[in-house]
Amino acid sequence: MAADARFESVAAVRDGLAGVDYLADDGIAGVVYLADRLGKPVLVEGPAGTGKTELAKSVAKMSGARLIRLQCYEGLDESKALYEWNYKKQLLRIQAQRVQEAEGGTWTEVEEDIFSEDFLLTRPLLEAIRATEPVVLLIDEVDRVEVETEALLLEILSDYQVSIPELGTVEATQIPLVFLTSNNTRELSEALKRRCLFLHIDYPTLEREREIVLAKVPAISEHLADEIVRIVRSIRSLELKKSPSVSETLDWARTLLLLGVQTIDAEQAKATLHILLKYQSDIAKATKELSS
Amino acid sequence: MLDLLNGFVSELRAAGLPVSLTENLDAMEAVRHIPLEDRDAFKYALAATLVKSNAHWKAFETVFEVYFSLRGPEFKVGETDEDLAELMEKIWSEQEQQQQEGQGGAMEGLSPEELAKMLYKALMEGDQAVLQAIARQAVKRYAGMEPGRPVGGTYYLYRTLRNLDLDGVLERLMEEARASGETTSLEERLLKDEYEARINRLKQEVEAEIRRRLVADRGAEAMAKTLRKPLPEDVDFMHASREELLALRKALQPLTRKLAVRLARKRRHGRKGPLDFRNTVRHSLSYGGVPAEPKFKFPRPAKPEIIVLADISGSVAAFARFTLHLVYAISGQFSKVRSWVFIDGIDEVTSYFEGVEDIAEAVHRVNTEADVIWVDGHSDYGHAFEAFWKEHGRDITPKTTVLLLGDARNNYHASNAWIIAEMRKKARHVYWLNPEPRSYWDTGDSIVGEYATHCDGAWECRNLRQLERFVDVLD
Repeated sequence: MAADARFESVAAVRDGLAGVDYLADDGIAGVVYLADRLGKPVLVEGPAGTGKTELAKSVAKMSGARLIRLQCYEGLDESKALYEWNYKKQLLRIQAQRVQEAEGGTWTEVEEDIFSEDFLLTRPLLEAIRATEPVVLLIDEVDRVEVETEALLLEILSDYQVSIPELGTVEATQIPLVFLTSNNTRELSEALKRRCLFLHIDYPTLEREREIVLAKVPAISEHLADEIVRIVRSIRSLELKKSPSVSETLDWARTLLLLGVQTIDAEQAKATLHILLKYQSDIAKATKELSS
Repeated sequence: MLDLLNGFVSELRAAGLPVSLTENLDAMEAVRHIPLEDRDAFKYALAATLVKSNAHWKAFETVFEVYFSLRGPEFKVGETDEDLAELMEKIWSEQEQQQQEGQGGAMEGLSPEELAKMLYKALMEGDQAVLQAIARQAVKRYAGMEPGRPVGGTYYLYRTLRNLDLDGVLERLMEEARASGETTSLEERLLKDEYEARINRLKQEVEAEIRRRLVADRGAEAMAKTLRKPLPEDVDFMHASREELLALRKALQPLTRKLAVRLARKRRHGRKGPLDFRNTVRHSLSYGGVPAEPKFKFPRPAKPEIIVLADISGSVAAFARFTLHLVYAISGQFSKVRSWVFIDGIDEVTSYFEGVEDIAEAVHRVNTEADVIWVDGHSDYGHAFEAFWKEHGRDITPKTTVLLLGDARNNYHASNAWIIAEMRKKARHVYWLNPEPRSYWDTGDSIVGEYATHCDGAWECRNLRQLERFVDVLD
């Protein structure tokens, strides 16, 4: 399917992503590479704040492609996701026809005319299909749409085409890289899962998280970064309502940097814990653990 | 290769993973694009195409290890020993130079004390290569594996780890850290976490090594069969091991969120409200008085009130814990949740959950603090129900859904099933959830049938999957 591959090898993907400050592990790079080679969408799942959306953005940045984003929400429908007829423009056209009729125009002509591409408003999915330049399509938080709406996506995901009854089928000129993200608030349908490659992004390992902190907060010292990720790991090992995510780790690192902290002691850690944790019970638990 | 992959996929299916034909084809296609010598890439390629849920990752990994553990160049069991011995010799001689001691020799010649010393040092420095070497050596020495014995790895694992005495090593490491300088409690804790992570890695190495040897001995198919474990959602509450319970608790968290979203959605979209006459007439004016566009009131489905009566005697305690946890985690979907626990006496535990953010903690308190013993601490459903009915029977209203949790093993006491019948007359629904397999019901002293005739439904709830299915019908 993929006539011309975007990426050379898994290593090339990893290096490219590192070039735009996204540190991918082997799993992530491997799946992105495969998605390109097999021409399949990637379903990215994992806890909040581990860089799912960021991955799509980084891939777009790396390959110099345009990012088209469809944010999913409950109640999303065809006219928001796929296409819509430009109703007002059609009305104007019909009114103009009255004038023409006097000059001998026929109704069939007008009818053919108002259902042409000029009167079509493209929405993200159709836009991604019709784009001639390389694009990355990001369908964000796909678990938020209802099960029935999921079916909208199926045609695009498997065949990269959209059927418009009045116009016929619009096929993709090039195969876009598609990323779907999910926070797993509900089970996605089998049909959707089957069409995708699956990638689970978990909290990074100690080493990788340290590198992420160093890459994203350039001014930080290596010693501080090391301490930060080790404390975060300790906190994640507790049984919490919401474990600190990577983005929260980064926020914390930036805070400590602003405060001019060189080495973290228990007091400072406790005073700034609310940046890492968002529930009072979690903060209490972590405070207790850290001071014991 | 094709045969191997086919065998692999059918083993995955046997382990309970739903792998469709297209996914199988995708895997074949994916593997073509991956350099085969890169074992990790190969693994991720298979995972991305075959595993579509994170809960199944562990099962996949086990099967993968079994099937492909022997295929990499660095995993030839016979040869590695000498390589390792060399590696060890190199490291050992470096140490010799440092310490100016006259010891030496390959790992084979090490005394157990020396091995322990190496382990200690390796853990302190976190040297992955040495840890791996030690793991292999330890398995070779201590596991006492006998070829041809049809056992899983657990027994060997236990034997190896007992000889390594990792808890003791951790203790000594910490002592040294404390002795070496003025560490704050925070640093100490971080250090401990670091050591624990390293020890865990060592354990994994040992496990992998045992598995490798077992596979070499008995072949992949036989091994995969022995190692086959139920997926988290299929683990039986009543027979779960400690690790499985832990995995269950982890699986419970996302499940509750999922259920809450689902129930809320069902409420919102379920049905239309009754006809709004006024609104319909008003709109009919724009159609010349013809009510062409019927308008409906907004649906206001009543949220049910839940009453839980849970048996927390030993045999079914785990089940009661999970169900209580689940019900309270989604309590936002109900107008009120009240709960009682019993063995032969009964005690209300609603207050334990009030204003508590940490449900697990509350559930733990229920199990330790509730006053549920009346005479001898053997289940007596009849008495517990009677006591409940006398005290709180009037609290059951047509809005109430009553959940009865337990195996109904009544120790041949009086059943007092009439209470359930009375409850049903007053309540909206009465459900019985039984953690025993259906085939055991009404055997021995189980009288679940007697109670179930008066309930709206009796459900077998042995695992999370079944529990989830039940909560779905709850309204």
